[in-house]
Amino acid sequence: MSVTPPLATVRLRVNGREYAQEVPPRLLLSDFLRYRLGLTGTHVGCEHGVCGACTVQLDGEPIRSCLMLAIQADGADVTTVEGLAPGLDRLHPVQEAFRLEHALQCGFCTPGFLMTVTAFLREHPGPSDEEIRRELAGHLCRCTGYQNIVRAVRRASLMLTGDTARATPGAAGDAPSAP
Amino acid sequence: MKPPAFEYVAVASTEEAVAQLAAHGDDARLLAGGQSLMPILNMRLATPGRLVDLNRVGALSYIVERRGGVAIGAMTRQRTAERSELVATAVPLLAEALPWVGHTAIRNRGTIGGSLAHADPAAELPAVAVCLDARFTVRGEAGERTLAAREFFRGYLTTALAPTELLAEVWFPSALPGTGSAWIEFARRHGDYALVGVAAVVTLEGSTVRRASLAVTGVDGVPVRAIDAERLLIGAPLSAESMAAAAESVRRPLEPQDDIHATAAYRRHLAGILIVRALTRAGDRARLT
Repeated sequence: MSVTPPLATVRLRVNGREYAQEVPPRLLLSDFLRYRLGLTGTHVGCEHGVCGACTVQLDGEPIRSCLMLAIQADGADVTTVEGLAPGLDRLHPVQEAFRLEHALQCGFCTPGFLMTVTAFLREHPGPSDEEIRRELAGHLCRCTGYQNIVRAVRRASLMLTGDTARATPGAAGDAPSAP
Repeated sequence: MKPPAFEYVAVASTEEAVAQLAAHGDDARLLAGGQSLMPILNMRLATPGRLVDLNRVGALSYIVERRGGVAIGAMTRQRTAERSELVATAVPLLAEALPWVGHTAIRNRGTIGGSLAHADPAAELPAVAVCLDARFTVRGEAGERTLAAREFFRGYLTTALAPTELLAEVWFPSALPGTGSAWIEFARRHGDYALVGVAAVVTLEGSTVRRASLAVTGVDGVPVRAIDAERLLIGAPLSAESMAAAAESVRRPLEPQDDIHATAAYRRHLAGILIVRALTRAGDRARLT
């Protein structure tokens, strides 16, 4: 057992890099990522677990970083949206699918969606539309881009399973009809 | 920083947690998955002097078969239980209700014991526990005691836990042969708290109902166990008439609250509809076993 003094050390890995920092126990993981590590891709919306914008992956599983203390992540492996793309000139397939399907306008909610969707498609490679919608229900998008986000997840699922014919731009399942 | 300042203690065992509660009483709060407590702290609705973090207590995280049922350690993540083969086969009602608890990201942190000890009146797990007559093992300085689910839930966000006690384990009985169960809820959005949720278990012998169990969430301060409705069902075939009579007997005395999500009248109506649907589905599944 350890009673934490005003500051305690948290050691963790974020996007493959090791960090060790002194933190007050009440510092949220979301604020730790943004203000201490400068990883501002993790967005902070409601700060009580409803909006999903702050979702990151903790040991590969999506969690709300606003509902966890930084100190609780001691020893953990965290992935944020900054850790998705394989390189500066290449997007992760889910990011690419969001871009192709115009699944974002302002982009505030997008990092949270991406962290949920990448984990979701790892576990469910070919989800039904109902499964996609149920999974997305944990995220709020106030530009109301949900239809395009569903399409993006569908396209990402095809891209990740190597169905290049249907994943090619303009060829996805039900592309928006012409005006 | 959003949460108020607090002293933080990461305990390594149940004994250490109990000692912390004994020493600090009301001023200490147990931190389980944090999916209810952290929002409460972020909004500063509570200002505990000391947080006792249970997340490093590995001994409180397990799912094992025991005495004709399944024992689940209080710190077992909801997502772990949702993925458990044992839960799926032995306690299918729990397996069916779990995906309705919040969202994936919530269940990855949220724990079985945390949800039960928080006792939200619209939550899924308390209703499942009450429907199945789950047993709650509680530890305090004086030792251990076991409570029936119906004794555990006392009122709105209120349980039989003393400030110096913690919920250590929940035991769910395995489904009997010839039994079908169903969880049905209606929420504005998947993962939101239910407007109304219904847990139903039906055991058939031929076409006759031998046992029936019904619990409704979202309509009172605690899950409503519908004993009168169960009596109406037992000993008769499961028919449209018997299910309607059972639903009516539950619906009529309900006094749910109006809130921004739904009126009391709508909730009462919904309870009647969902009870019939849940009984129908549980009956169909009982016939298939």
